Amino acid sequence: MVDTPLRFSQVSKSFARGKDRVQALSNLDLSLPSGSITGLLGPDGAGKTTLMRLATGLLIPDSGTISVLGADTRRRARQVQAAIGYMPQRFGLYEDLTVQENLDLYADLQGLTPVAAAARQRELLKLTALGPFGARRAGALSGGMKQKLGVACALLRAPQLLLLDEPTVGVDPIARRELWEIIQGLKKQGVTVLMSTAYFDEAERCDEIILLHQGKLLKKDSPAAFHQPLNGRCFLVTQAAMSKRHLRETLQHRPGVQDARILAEGVRVLCRDTRPHAVAGENWQVAAPTFEDAFVDLLGAPKDPDTEITPDSPPTALPTDREAETTVVEVRDLCKFYGKFEAVKGNTFTVRKGQIFGLLGANGAGKTTTFRMLCGLLPASSGTLQIAGVDMRHATAQARGRIGYVAQKFALYGNLSADQNLAFFSAAYGLRGKARQTRLDWARREFQLAYYRHVNVDDLPLGIKQRLALACALLHEPPILFLDEPTSGVDPLARREFWQRINALAEGGVTVLITTHFMDEAEYCDQLVLMSLGEVLAQGSPQEIRDQAKDAAHPEPSMEEAFIHLIQEHESQTRRAS
Amino acid sequence: MLTRLWALVIKEFLALLRDKKSRFVLIGPPLIQLLVFGYAATFDLNHIPYAIYNQDSGFASRELLGRFQGSPAFRQVATITHNAQIAPLINNQNALLVLQIGPNFTRDLLLHHPASVQVIIDGRNSNSATLALNYVNSVILSFDTHWAATHHWGKPPAQLVVRSWFNPNLLSRWFIVPGIVALLTLVVTLLVTGLSVAREREQGTFDQLLVTPLSPLEILLGKALPGFIIGALEGAFIILAGVFWFQVPFIGSILALALGMALFLLAAIGIGLMISSLAVTQQQGLLGVFLFLVPAIILSGFATPIANMPKLVQDLTYINPMRYFLVIVRGVFLEGDGFHELWSQYWPLALIALGSMTAAAWLFRHRMQ
Repeated sequence: MVDTPLRFSQVSKSFARGKDRVQALSNLDLSLPSGSITGLLGPDGAGKTTLMRLATGLLIPDSGTISVLGADTRRRARQVQAAIGYMPQRFGLYEDLTVQENLDLYADLQGLTPVAAAARQRELLKLTALGPFGARRAGALSGGMKQKLGVACALLRAPQLLLLDEPTVGVDPIARRELWEIIQGLKKQGVTVLMSTAYFDEAERCDEIILLHQGKLLKKDSPAAFHQPLNGRCFLVTQAAMSKRHLRETLQHRPGVQDARILAEGVRVLCRDTRPHAVAGENWQVAAPTFEDAFVDLLGAPKDPDTEITPDSPPTALPTDREAETTVVEVRDLCKFYGKFEAVKGNTFTVRKGQIFGLLGANGAGKTTTFRMLCGLLPASSGTLQIAGVDMRHATAQARGRIGYVAQKFALYGNLSADQNLAFFSAAYGLRGKARQTRLDWARREFQLAYYRHVNVDDLPLGIKQRLALACALLHEPPILFLDEPTSGVDPLARREFWQRINALAEGGVTVLITTHFMDEAEYCDQLVLMSLGEVLAQGSPQEIRDQAKDAAHPEPSMEEAFIHLIQEHESQTRRAS
Repeated sequence: MLTRLWALVIKEFLALLRDKKSRFVLIGPPLIQLLVFGYAATFDLNHIPYAIYNQDSGFASRELLGRFQGSPAFRQVATITHNAQIAPLINNQNALLVLQIGPNFTRDLLLHHPASVQVIIDGRNSNSATLALNYVNSVILSFDTHWAATHHWGKPPAQLVVRSWFNPNLLSRWFIVPGIVALLTLVVTLLVTGLSVAREREQGTFDQLLVTPLSPLEILLGKALPGFIIGALEGAFIILAGVFWFQVPFIGSILALALGMALFLLAAIGIGLMISSLAVTQQQGLLGVFLFLVPAIILSGFATPIANMPKLVQDLTYINPMRYFLVIVRGVFLEGDGFHELWSQYWPLALIALGSMTAAAWLFRHRMQ
C-alpha cells in the first residue's frame, strides 16, 4: 500500500528562454494525502503547469525524484501515465469529432475493451450531463461543455490520481458548479485530485491548498490554516456618501491598509494589524478572513510608491456634470445571425461617458460577437449601433482613432519584442515625433514594461501580455476603450492590478466597455448587461441586478448566485413558453 | 499615411525575420533549389554507360570504337563476347546501350559496301534514350565523314552544317538557370504574401489592425510591399548567381528585365494576397500556395515546352504570369532582348497583375465584412 499517491522530493526544473535559463521549480517537497482534493494556486509563472507536467512524467526533473502511486516518473513514466488521469489547460478534444466519437477515441487510446468502455462512457455521460449531446461536434459545444467532456475523457479509465490544470477557466458559473460536483463525486470514490485554479472560492472548497510562488512552495495547508493568521485584520467598510470605487481608492492609499477591494456590500479591507483605520463617516465591521485575503497577504508584497498606479495624464479632462450625461454608446435591437444560428438576439443598451460598462456571461453568450459588431469588425444583421455618434462599420480613420481595443487573448505580434509592438501600434495610430516618444515612455513606465522591452511577446507571462496589450490600446489616449475578456487566464494579483488601472481610467473620464466571465468583477462596473445564449437576461447597476435575483433562499445573493438564478429562471420561462 | 505604411512594412519585416523558422524558409530552400537546379537538373548526358559486342577483328571497328572511348560522353562498362550477355546488361541497367559490330564490318567498308552497326538501347526512359542515340549518331557521322575522306569514297551530295544560336553548345544549364529566376521568385513571393494575412488571423492581430486608423488599402499595401522587396532581392540574388557562379551569359537589358520582374512580382503578390485573404489558418494558406504553385510551374514552359501541350491546356497558360516572365528572363539572358522585343510579354503580365491585385483588394474588403 502506498502512503501518498504523489510525492515530490527536492524537485528542481529549469527551462531555456533564449540565452537565459528560467528556474521553473526549485527544491520542491510535497506530498498529497490520499483521497483528497488539493488546490494548486499561485501567480502566473509560479510553476503550476510545470508541476502538473512533471507529475505526469511528461517532463523529467533536473534533480530530485517524483513518485506517483509508488512509481518513479523518471524510470517508469509509462506506468505512471497508464495509472493517472490528466487534463491539460487546453484539452486535446478533436473538434470535428462528435462527443461520442471523442469518448470512443480516448477509450481506444487508453486501451479500454469495448464493453468496459461503453459502460464507463454511460456513467460519465450521466455524471457530466452530456448524454443528450452525444452526436454534437465537440467544436460546437460551449466552453463549459468542452471542459466537462475533457474531464470525462481524462476519467475514462477511473484513475487513482487525477491532475486537472485550470479546468474551470472560461467556464460559466453553472458549468463551474457542475464541474465542481463531478470532482467532489470523485473524491467520494477515493480518487486523489490535484487541480490548479484561478478562483478563490474553489480554493476554499479544497481540502488542502498548495501555494506556489516563483517555483517555490510558499505554503501548503488547509484553507482554515490559511485564514487563521488573518483573524481580526479583515473589515468591511461602507460609506454612504461616497461611491464604492472612490472609497476603495481612498482606502487603498491609507497607511496601515494593505489591500482594499470592492464587494457587493461595500469595500473589503485587509489591514496590516488588527486595528481599524477608520475616518469619520465610515462604518467598519470586522469580517471573517477568506483565502483571497491570505493570498494577497502572502503574495501581494507592498508596492514601490513610484509604481503605484496613478492617472498621471488622464486621457481626457475630468467630465463635467453635463458631460457625464452624454451617451457614448447606443445600441438598439442589435441582432446577429451566423447562418441560421442567432448569436445575438435583439439587444438594446446605452453607455454613458466615463462609465465602466460590463458585459457578463459565459463563453458563447454572445459577448464577443456584440463587441466585434460595436468595433465595426462584424456587420450587424439588424439593429443600429453608434459609438460616439458614428457606426464603426463605416467609420473614418479618425473615428477609429477614438477607440482602443484589446482583443480576446491579447492579440499582439508574438515574435516581435514588447518594444517593437509598442512602436508599431503607436505608428499605426498615427503618433509621431516627440509625442510618440512621450507616449512610449509613458507606456513603459506606467505598465512597468521596462524589464521586458526586448523580450519576444510569445515568451511573456500572460499577466505581462495583458499589461502590454492594454498599453498598446491606450497609446493614442482613446476616450473609449473596448476590452474583450482582458482578465481571462490572468492570475488574481494581475487581475487586481488591472482593475485598479481601469478604475483610474474611468475616473479620468474614459468610457470603458469590458466583457468578463468572472462574476466577482461585476462589482467594479457601473452598469452591467448579463447575457446568456445571445440574450440579455438583466441590465442595470450591480445592485439592481442582485436585487432582481433576491428570493427567500438568497436574501443577499452574490453576483454569481444572481447569475445562476436569472439563467435558471429564464430557462424555465422559455421552456414554459415553448 | 506614409508613416503608418512604413510602420506596417517594418512590422512585417520584423515578423518575418525575427522568427528563426521563417528566416530559414526565406534563405534555405531557395539556396538549396538553386544548387539542385543549377547542378543536378540537366538534360545533358555524361558518362553514358555502354557495352561493346565486337565480332569484327579489323582495324575499322577499332577505329570506330576508339572514337567512343575517347569521348567524355561515353563510358565503357563491359566488353561481351556472345549474344546472351546483352539482355542482362540492359535489364540490370548496367549499360544504357550495347554497340554490336558485325563480323564483316571492316571487310564491307574496304569493299566500299555499306556496313551496319547495331545499337541496342534501354528505352525505359525515352528522353535519355533519344539523347543517347543522338550522341551515338553524331559519333558515327563523324566516323563516316572521316572514313569517306581518307578512303576515297567521294563527298556526300549534301552536308549538314549545324549552328545553334543563343546556346552554341546546347548546354541545358543556360536554359534552366534563367528559369530558376522565375521559379524561385514566384515561390518566395507567394510564401511571404500567402501566409501574411493568415498568420495575423491565426494570432488574432488582424482584428487589432482593423480597429486602428489604418485603412484596408494601407493594410493591403503594407502586406504587398515586403513581398515585393523580398521577391526582388531574392530574384536579383539568383540572377547574380546565374551570371557569376553558373556563368550563364547575360546579354540583354537589365532595365527590361527589371520591368518584367516588377510586373511579375505584382501579379504574384496579388495571387498570394488572394490566397491569404481566403485562408483562415496558415496551414490553409500554405496549401493554397502549393495548389497554385505546382500547375503554375508545369504550365509555364519551365521544363517542358508549352507548344507540346494540348490546345486547351495551351490556352490555359495564357493566364499564368510565369509563362510571360520566363520568356522575358530567357530572352534577356540569352537573346539580348530589350523593351521593344518584350512588349508582347509586358502587357499581358501587366493585365494579370492588375487583375490579381484588384481581386486581392476586393477579397480583402469582402472577407472583412
